[in-house]
Amino acid sequence: MTAVEAPAEAPPVVRREPRRWQGPAAFAAVALLALVVAPLLLEPFRLGLLAKYLCYAIVALGIGLAWGQGGMLTLGQGVFFGLGGYAMGMYLKLHDAGGDLPDFMVWSGVEKLPALWTPFGNPVFALAMAVVVPVVVALLLGALVFRQRVRGAYFAILTQALAAALVILLVGQQGLTGGTNGLTNFFDFFGQDLAADETQRGLYLTVAVVLGVLYLGARQLVRSRFGRLLLAVRDGEDRVRFLGYNPATVKTLTFAVSAGMAGIAGALFVPVVGIISPALLGVVPSLELVVGVAVGGRFALAGALLGAVVMGYARTYFSEELPAAWLYLQGALFVLVMTLAPRGIAGLAAGLVRRRREAGT
Amino acid sequence: MEGVLNQLPIGLSIGAVLLLIALGLTFTFGQMGVINMAHGEFIMAGAYTAYLLQGVGFLVALPAAFVVAGLMGLVLERTLIRRFYGRPLDTLLLTWGVSLMLQQLARDLFGAPNVQVVSPAWLRGGLGILPYNRLFIMALAVLSVLAIWAYMHKTGQGRRMRAVMQNRRLAATSGIDTGRVDQRTFFIGSGLAGVAGVALTLIGPVGPTLGTYYIVDAFLVVVAGGLGQLRGAVLAAIGLGLLNSYAEFWSDASLAKVIVFVAIIGFLQIRPQGLFFVRSRALT
Amino acid sequence: MAISEVTVRDAELLAIDEINAAGGVLGKKLEPVVEDGASDWPTFAEKATKLIAQDKVATVFGGWTSASRKAMLPVFEKRKALLWYPVQYEGLESSPYIFYTGATTNQQIVPGLDYLKEKGKKKLFLVGSDYVFPRTANKIIKAYAAANGMEVLGEEYTPLGHTEYSTLVNKITEAKPDAVFNTLNGDSNVAFFKQLKSAGVSAEQMPVMSVSVAEEEVKGIGVDNVAGQLVAWNYYQTTDTPANQKFVAAFKAKYGADKVTSDPMEAGYNAVYLWAEAAKKAGSTDVEAVKKAAGGVSLDRPEGKVTIDGDNQHVYKTARIGVVQPDGQIKEVWNSGEPIKPDPYLKTYSWAGGLV
Repeated sequence: MTAVEAPAEAPPVVRREPRRWQGPAAFAAVALLALVVAPLLLEPFRLGLLAKYLCYAIVALGIGLAWGQGGMLTLGQGVFFGLGGYAMGMYLKLHDAGGDLPDFMVWSGVEKLPALWTPFGNPVFALAMAVVVPVVVALLLGALVFRQRVRGAYFAILTQALAAALVILLVGQQGLTGGTNGLTNFFDFFGQDLAADETQRGLYLTVAVVLGVLYLGARQLVRSRFGRLLLAVRDGEDRVRFLGYNPATVKTLTFAVSAGMAGIAGALFVPVVGIISPALLGVVPSLELVVGVAVGGRFALAGALLGAVVMGYARTYFSEELPAAWLYLQGALFVLVMTLAPRGIAGLAAGLVRRRREAGT
Repeated sequence: MEGVLNQLPIGLSIGAVLLLIALGLTFTFGQMGVINMAHGEFIMAGAYTAYLLQGVGFLVALPAAFVVAGLMGLVLERTLIRRFYGRPLDTLLLTWGVSLMLQQLARDLFGAPNVQVVSPAWLRGGLGILPYNRLFIMALAVLSVLAIWAYMHKTGQGRRMRAVMQNRRLAATSGIDTGRVDQRTFFIGSGLAGVAGVALTLIGPVGPTLGTYYIVDAFLVVVAGGLGQLRGAVLAAIGLGLLNSYAEFWSDASLAKVIVFVAIIGFLQIRPQGLFFVRSRALT
Repeated sequence: MAISEVTVRDAELLAIDEINAAGGVLGKKLEPVVEDGASDWPTFAEKATKLIAQDKVATVFGGWTSASRKAMLPVFEKRKALLWYPVQYEGLESSPYIFYTGATTNQQIVPGLDYLKEKGKKKLFLVGSDYVFPRTANKIIKAYAAANGMEVLGEEYTPLGHTEYSTLVNKITEAKPDAVFNTLNGDSNVAFFKQLKSAGVSAEQMPVMSVSVAEEEVKGIGVDNVAGQLVAWNYYQTTDTPANQKFVAAFKAKYGADKVTSDPMEAGYNAVYLWAEAAKKAGSTDVEAVKKAAGGVSLDRPEGKVTIDGDNQHVYKTARIGVVQPDGQIKEVWNSGEPIKPDPYLKTYSWAGGLV
């Protein structure tokens, strides 16, 4: 009776070995474009925007792992993004305050630095927490949820509710979190002036490199034994269980990896954009991230990544040029992609390549 | 003390609202595995129907909203969702796209600010702590549940609907036109959202973002109650309504929401498929 | 662009049209570039950056919630650009790159409290949305109450966009306050007033003083549900000044006879005129020159005389308490007589000593 959680037109698992040089060549080309060409061509404002999209791309990479490879549609990725972002934001705030209370605590009537904040004055601790906290939360949630074989739509709805709940919690604890305003107004980033174009360029390069490294790592993970097991869980969880594996463990670990990526993205996002607030991690931004992944192509990690950048760019472009039409366009784009190209841009591209190859032979 | 006692009827009335907004979803989700994110916008469509029919009479708006939202649902099902059966996660994203477009459409048609829907004079006043309009919503929820129950258990269409819900393939091989049953279910499920929308004009804002305020709660009710389970939805809605009411009374509105969420996660640890579910040997 | 921001933008565009029709500023026509913050704080910051860095605008008029202003503040301070913020807000801020043309707390909340005190309301219940403005406002209210022999019976916050108020109404009726001070935001006001009204609580027995309900919002709440309630602002569509008659007529002529004008719209409209006046005085649109020239600029606006305070870049404004009328308009029942000097940190109020 229950709808079978069939992977939506997942591409065949059997992979054709691509010509050996193609993958690395494409990666090198993209890397060159991102690390050399973009910083030369783009004015600082646009480069900053690109850095922001690349942060989203890191989250998308995690979603691609969890959803595309693992079949877990997570609608609460903003939660992990936010946890990472707040960890970084707390450090920056304390650093700027230089021993005093951060500005928002002053107007929230907090007189003493809360104990929760104290260790975040240490940058190493804060950076570690930006990854550790999301991973631990994901492990806990995953262990609770997957062990009970809650999956598919239920899991999606639960993660969405988690995002909604976290937003309410963050907003409610104004003295601790800055409330709806979130954390903003940062000046100094490890000795660099955050307003300077040089700093922003450096941050952009950092984000791009981190994204590249995480992409390679994720690709390695997908190609490993673990990755194959993950695919198997997606396509036939019960069969995997009968074979003696524990699908809950596989899913929980993957979910935690994707959460860790979102945490890293959040931590990078804060100095790039200069703000972290509940508005960035609620239900809608979390969904928008998933939208990007779907548009780019969830079954290919590169597709997920590309989708996030394309959607980020489209959002900026249309909200500048045709603000009234943006919601229509976003909605329509989504309907079209899901209906006509459920594998997204990556799927279309792969189809094109295959057709050409078949025509050639 | 009086306040504590008052929270009981208040909790029930919150439960009635939750039930109304979730009832339609229970079936579209339960029978067809469709996570319809545009459900909130069908609620909105119902509310705007009430706005447009203000001169005509509030009671007329109920069936009208049922038809308007139902037809919107039918169109959505015929044109898009039909292609997505068996891919519930994809429908979730698809219908989210639809919901964005409907919100913008409402903004273009009716303007971004909230519109004014005047409550009918006969719903002013109240009985004890509960205003008449809350009692009306509770009565409407009870009526809706009874009507759905009667439809499912006393009509041929309802029997076929239950058959499809329990075992789609077996129903199909028994000669049931599952496509038609799906259409009807979607029409009714969406129509119920429209009815809920009319009711909500009595107590809340009527604007383009109305649906977004209710959609997450509606899904939580369905998840806690179990898919396609009428009694599950009823019990879950009442339970969550009471929990909400008392949690807010003893803490505050923000914390109450978090408490409800934690309670649902905890509950799913005990009953991962919700309160009630159809037992089957099928591997899910 | 969402809900109320649209109307403020419309009022600002009207001011730009009028100034251009009168010859522009320093011999140049003003050219508006409109960007949409989409009610999303980080987007406000992104769009502000775009306006400054890419469009190289002379000045920016905008912002809606406090959070949107806080998100934009670092952008303007770092890039040394100018923002005119048109909404009443919670005070405790005075950025050198922002001009505040809406009320600060001593021009809206404190007069609202003075009015309640004058009417003998001693027990208050505080209701607000969960964000910075209500929390700060309520801190001020509690300090005021403590110093003026008033009692705060309860203080409740609901999440933004909250629509279920029966429990809160129950808490209020159980506490039996003399008046409610309401700092709810946006759509929550609709649900709150509808549910308060249907619980049988009337404005006569327990008035609600609101600081975020203007003519625009009255329409959405439903006049029935809010008629007779109190509001505190600096301007109403009914405010009787020659400049206002002109403003209302021009606004309706441009955007439709069914449109209403409200306080934030008027503050946005004023902002454009104040900037233009300061630029004329400075003889330049250069940010530092305009800032220097702005202090003391004084104009007769729809709300009466407004003067920029050069020290904190706020504006002298007349406080007005109004009652919502059955026709949806707001009738003034009290005003401060003369424009009140802005005091964002409440330094001149002894009872507020421990706040900042």
